[in-house]
Formats: sequence, structure tokens, C-alpha cells
Amino acid sequence: MTSMVDIHRAHAQSHKRGLIAYIILIGLLVYVATTKQFDAYITNILMQAVTYSVAVMGLTVVLGLCGQINLAQAAFFGLGAYAVGLGTVDYGISFWGCIVIGIGIVLFFGAFLGTSTLRLGGHYLAMVTISFQQILTLVMINWIPVTHGPDGVSKILKPSLFPTPQSYLGFCVVVLAVVGYLVWHLPETKLGRAMRAVRDNELAAGVTGIDVQRTKVIAFAICALLGGLGGCLFAGGFAYVSPDQFSFAESIVFLTMVLLGGVSSPVGAVIGTGLLILIPEWLRFLKSIPGLYLAIYGLAVILIVLFMPDGIWGFVSQKLKRFRKVLHLSADVPELELVQTQAHADDVLVVTSLSKHFGGLKAVDEISFTVKRGSVHALIGPNGSGKTTTLNVLSGLYTPTGGSVSLDGHDITHAAPHMRTAVGLGRTFQNIRLFRSMTALENVIIGGERSGNPVESGALAREERARAALNFVGLGDRAEELVTSFSYGHQRLIEIARALAGNPTVLLLDEPAAGLNSTEKMELRDLLKRIAAKGLTILIIDHDMTLVGAVAEHITVLNFGRRIADGDPVSVLNHPDVVTAYLGSDANAAH
Amino acid sequence: MDLVYQLLFTGIGIGSVYALVALGFVLIFRATNVVNFAQGEFSMVAAFLMVIFAVDLEWPYWLSLILSLGGMAIYGALFNLGVYYPLRHRTYLPVIISTIGASILVTNSTLALYGPQPQVLSNLLDFQGINLGTVFFDSQYLLIIGVTIVLVAFQYWFFEHTLLGKKLQATSQDKEMASLLGIPVAAMIMITFVYSAMIGGLAGILVAPILFVSIHMGGTIALKAFAATIIGGFGDVAGAIIGGLALGVIETFGAAYVSVPYKDGFAFLVLVMFLVFRPQGIFGERVAEKA
Repeated sequence: MTSMVDIHRAHAQSHKRGLIAYIILIGLLVYVATTKQFDAYITNILMQAVTYSVAVMGLTVVLGLCGQINLAQAAFFGLGAYAVGLGTVDYGISFWGCIVIGIGIVLFFGAFLGTSTLRLGGHYLAMVTISFQQILTLVMINWIPVTHGPDGVSKILKPSLFPTPQSYLGFCVVVLAVVGYLVWHLPETKLGRAMRAVRDNELAAGVTGIDVQRTKVIAFAICALLGGLGGCLFAGGFAYVSPDQFSFAESIVFLTMVLLGGVSSPVGAVIGTGLLILIPEWLRFLKSIPGLYLAIYGLAVILIVLFMPDGIWGFVSQKLKRFRKVLHLSADVPELELVQTQAHADDVLVVTSLSKHFGGLKAVDEISFTVKRGSVHALIGPNGSGKTTTLNVLSGLYTPTGGSVSLDGHDITHAAPHMRTAVGLGRTFQNIRLFRSMTALENVIIGGERSGNPVESGALAREERARAALNFVGLGDRAEELVTSFSYGHQRLIEIARALAGNPTVLLLDEPAAGLNSTEKMELRDLLKRIAAKGLTILIIDHDMTLVGAVAEHITVLNFGRRIADGDPVSVLNHPDVVTAYLGSDANAAH
Repeated sequence: MDLVYQLLFTGIGIGSVYALVALGFVLIFRATNVVNFAQGEFSMVAAFLMVIFAVDLEWPYWLSLILSLGGMAIYGALFNLGVYYPLRHRTYLPVIISTIGASILVTNSTLALYGPQPQVLSNLLDFQGINLGTVFFDSQYLLIIGVTIVLVAFQYWFFEHTLLGKKLQATSQDKEMASLLGIPVAAMIMITFVYSAMIGGLAGILVAPILFVSIHMGGTIALKAFAATIIGGFGDVAGAIIGGLALGVIETFGAAYVSVPYKDGFAFLVLVMFLVFRPQGIFGERVAEKA
């Protein structure tokens, strides 16, 4: 057994070695790009590949990491290119000043499109980005006094620091290298994990404490930024820009590049871009028939989506995985701590006259109950009694029709899911909602990254806490495995660990025993008892009366959306209304 | 004032075309939960088929019309088999991308086969139109409006009063339940694609004499039809029709009173305004995912 610090040191060291190798490789590339005598044709192709790659990496972030589409990358690329073109030629602004202005412009448009559209879901985003692309093309062609119209902008100067094409190419390679490095490491950062969580399961992401909308907007803005940056470099490299270089067709080319290479990694972006710039050069004869060349692009998009959804790099890295040794270190981590915020009052979760109506159906009808700090409280009721609806209202997935909910004195009746998590609500789902492309450890780390987690932060502490949570549910030695390789019962435990890592004030468990076999149910019961022993407040919803009877100290019973009983287990389970609700009335039960 | 009436008539005429294409959009969206980004190409392909039969081969219009619509039925079926069906169990993103790929493929294959030169199709009816006062009612616009009314009425009857229509509705509301009740879901989706391709095609043939028949007509029409569905309320049939008509009128007035080069920009401007201020559209309700 090794300590967490040792593991981190080992990781940091392999990371450092990787970085040194990377810097040497880039140094070599820059040396070749600047000193080897290329003819102008080769220089142009390389310049195009490098500047396009920067823009395509934007799509790696938005599409690959965050699962959102952008069909206007050529528009952002064009905005950057025109900022440099018009800025240097018409307004005498320096190249560097233009880059700053260009990036400011694309960030503005990216954030505007993102905030107005991203909350509405993917189809809207696709169509709005196409619309933005079309409007921008119209403006570039028709606003002649400013944009020079269809003629475009020519005689764009390179920055005086890099006067020759090849020195400028070297500069672009460095920019690409830096961007590639950042995009490569983004998935392992808190922001990157949030993006992947949003891609995998938006609902669970929100409940785990991620501000879904904000994460999407940031991803979209990063994509726009890289598009704009690529465009700025492009304009300097080619000295001429015109509207047709930034049309919708080019946005499709960008999309094809990222899909062909593989959306999940910046390496894929470079492979896709390189191939789709070189192949058309080799197949120049195709360009003699207008349309044929783009038709093949269209066909390629369909075929890639059908047969190679992970792209070339996805395919290759899958093959390479077998040869890569997995760092399988289990670490000594201290036992999971569940820190309780200093008690304000004994009543931690107060639900008052809560209602939720769907049209005429009163799924939840003016129910009230109070969960005491440190208790295990159960909410039970027959099918259709409104249990899960209550839980969904409590965790912010539904807006209540009336009533109020307060947690630790904060009114959370109308707060967004991630805001509730920040105040201290944690939950699991009846139908498991894990982030399916990630390992168990990553899933649990995300849970620990909620804002407002009173446990100390920092990458090391977060990972340590996540491992502790996995140990606590008994899955610590399988932390590095993908969640999809776990059994159903174990996936449920990971979900509980994910909630525990966030150190919630109240843990909501939505039918945790559903779908478990009897052994798993026993294990679950023991786990819940261990959690309760740590003083965590639990609100559990379940059908399983043995489980509820064994762990609950207080039971609230619902039927037809109304509260019919509330109190300690013995009195509630013998309450005549409860017996009737579960077993039918005495008259029917007789004989 | 006459100009206003003239513009209103033109706007409703062109808006009817958007409404028809939007209708096809909505039907496929409701059946598959996927937006078909190659919807506009249904119109484009049909218009080119019409040019081939009626102009190049000089066959009579009625025969060309039947052949073109028959061709669209086959096209819709192939489209479903090649672009949607293999991806039906994946998330919406691959399907969107695949339909975009199809759009690019079909547009540019047409360009490769037929060249960039726009084709001309003359009015489908023999007479030019009628004058009422100083307002001229062009026969082609009258035809478009008439056909749209008939089709909308037919569709209402079909979906509300026939068994097949009910099965299609059931499929679009809950595929799993529909299949448990013995409705052949795959066949229902196939019918939806075929029907959607045919009404999209009909819209393309109707609008062809007004616009030129070009490879770009599909993209332009599809974007406006999509805007129409958002204005009306996404996934809502009545909304698609109202949205299409509204868009046609807004665009026509915008071109007349504001700016011709930016004519195509108005649709997008209206679209963005709706997205910001009323994303659920005129008729739509916001739906949340269930936990």
C-alpha cells in the first residue's frame, strides 16, 4: 500500500516526463518548419493545416467533451480572420491588437448564442448556429463599406516579429502546440469533468452540483475562441480573406475534420484536419467537377457516424490501450469523514404544504413533513402515491405548484438543482444515472467537487476523498474501472458514493433497493446503517418494508398524493389508514 | 394600400410553402425525436425531378408530377434506411450529424450531375392570374395556397379519423408502448419518412416556378421551415402552419420596406428573437425531462 501523496508524486513525474517529451517534439517541429526550405505551395498547405487545427480543437471541446453541436465554426473562424484583415489593413491596428479584438468579438458572439440557445437543447443549437453562419455570410458579402464585400480583404500583413512565411508558420505551430496541450489536459480538470458529466447525463450533472447551463456556455465560448484564434492566424498567414472561405460549407468541413479524426482528443483534431487538407490536394482532379468533392465529404460524414463513431484516433487509441500499462495503485486513504455543518436547528429539511399538479392531476397535494437532523426518515406509499414526484420536487427537477421547502434554514423552493446541491442536498436516482463514459473514481470525484463542500478542496484532497467514499461502499480497489463494467447493484453503490463524496447535509435515496437481489439488499441495509451511524441525515423512499423497517426512525406515508400518516415506525405501520392503503380495507381482507 | 394587399398575398403564398415543409419537419420530429437537417433537400430533389421530366423530357405536367412524387416516396424510404434507421438507437447528436451529411451529399451530387446553372420551371397552370382592383393574384401563388389548404385538411382527417393515422400518432407519442400494442413501429416510421418526403417534394415543385430550381433552394427553404416550427412551437402541427405563414409575410414585408439583400436574414432574426424571448413558440409548452 502506498499513500496518496506517493501516488500523486508518481503521476506528477510521469506527467513531467510527458511534458518534456512534448516540448522536445514541438521544438523539433518548429525547427523544421522555420529552417527547412519548403516551396510556397507546401508552406501554404502546412499553414492551412495548422490554423485549421486550432479551430477544429474548438470542436473537440464543445462536441467531444461537452456533447453540444456547433455548425458555425467557420463563422467564428471568419470573424477572427476579418478582425485581423480589416484591423491591420483599414484601421492600422497592430496584428497583436487585432488578435485581442478578434477574440473579444468571437467571445461576445459565442457567449450570446450560447446563453440564448443552450438551455433549449441540441436541435435548437444546431439550427441557430446554422442561422448565425448564414447571417454572417450575408453581412460579409453585403456590408461593402466595412467588409469590402465579395472582393474580400487583401494585402494583410504578417506581424513584424515573424516577417517570413516560415517564421510565421513556426509561430503558428507553437500556438497550436499550446492549445493542444491545454485541450489534452482539459478533461482531467474540474471544468473538463463537468463538461463530460453534462455530455453523459445532464440531469445527473445538475443534481451532482454542476451548473449545467454555465458549463455549456463556457464550452461553447471556448470553441468560439479557438475558432476565432485560428481565423486570426489564418488571415496573417494567407494575406487575403474573402466571404466564401468562411461559408456554411466550410463549417461542415470543420465538422468532418473533427469527426474523422475523433472528437474525443486534440490528437484526433490534428489527424482529421491534416487528412482532409492533404487528401483533397492529392485528389485535385475531383475538384474539376463542381460538387463532387463536397458530395464525398457528405458521404464521409454519414459513413463515419455509422461505422467509426470514435474517429481514427478513437480507433487507434483503443488498439493502443492494450499495450499501455495501467497504473493500478491502491492507496491508503483515511476513512471517509462526513463533516456536518454546525447545526442551526434540529429540523434540517422542512417541507410545508408542498404541491405538484400535472394539469388536473394532483400528484402531490399539500404534504408537509420535517426531517430531524441525524435521523433516517422514510417516505413510503403504494405505487402512484407521489413519492418520486415529491423527491423530484425536493431536488429541483420539478417546480412545485405550491408550498415551500427549506434546507438548513435556506429557502430552496425555487432553486435550480445545482444550487440545492451547493446548500447541501445529495441524491441518488431510482434508475441509475452515472456518467457512463467515466471511471468510478471520476464519477465520485465529480460528486466531491460540488460548490459548498465543507471538506478541504484541492486536486489531491478531492481524489483522496473520492477514494475514501469508494472504500466506504466497498469498491475502492476497482476505482479505475469504467462504471459500465460494474454490476447493477455496484453501480447503485457508486451513485451513493458519489453523493457521499459531496458531504451532503441531507442524502435523498430514491428507491435504493429497487432491482437488487436479496444479498445486495442486505449489504445496502448495512451500508445505510453505517452511513446513519456517521450522523448523516437520510431521507429514503422505498417500497421494501423490511429495509425501511430496519433503518428508518421516522416514517411518512403518502397515498394519492396526500400524507396519511407520520410518526415512528411501529405506530405508523399499525395505523389503520396505512394498513388499508397497503392491504386494502378490512372488509376486503376478512375471511 | 394596394401594395400592402399585394405583399400580404405574396407573403401568404410563400409562407404556405414554408408551412408545408415545416409540416414534414414536425412529422419526422414527432415520429423519431430527431430534426432532419436534410428536409429541405426533399424539396430540392423533387424540383429537379420535375425539371428532368417536364423540361428535359418534355413530358406533360400531370405525368411529371405523378412521377416526381413517386420518386420522392422512394427517396424518402431510402433516406430512412440509409440515414436514420441504422442510428435509431443512438442519441440525437449522431443522427443530426448524419442528416447534415446527407444534406451535403445530396446537394453536391446534384451540383455534380446538373451543374450550378439554375433551372427554370414555368407556372403549373396555363393562366397567369387574375386582377382584382390593382392587386394581381398570380396563378402559381393561388395554386400553392389552395394545395396547402387541401393538404392540411387531408392531414387533419388522416391523423384524427383513420386507424393508420391513430397508429402513427401512437408511435410518435410512445414507441415502446405502441410496439407492445402490436403496432409495427419501424413501418410507421417508414411511412412517416415517405409521407414527409412527398409533402416536402410537393412544396418544392409548387415553389419551383417562383424561385429558380437550384441546388441551394433546399437549404434556404429548410432553414425557414425550421424557423417556422420554432415560431409556432416546436413539434406542434398547427404551430408549424401558423409559423410558416407568419414568416412568409414578415419576410415579404421586410424585403419590400427594409432591405432586399438581407431578405433571408429576417427569418433568422425573428428566430433568434423568439429563442430569446419566447423559446416555447406561440403554441408550445415547455417540457422537462423526467427523472
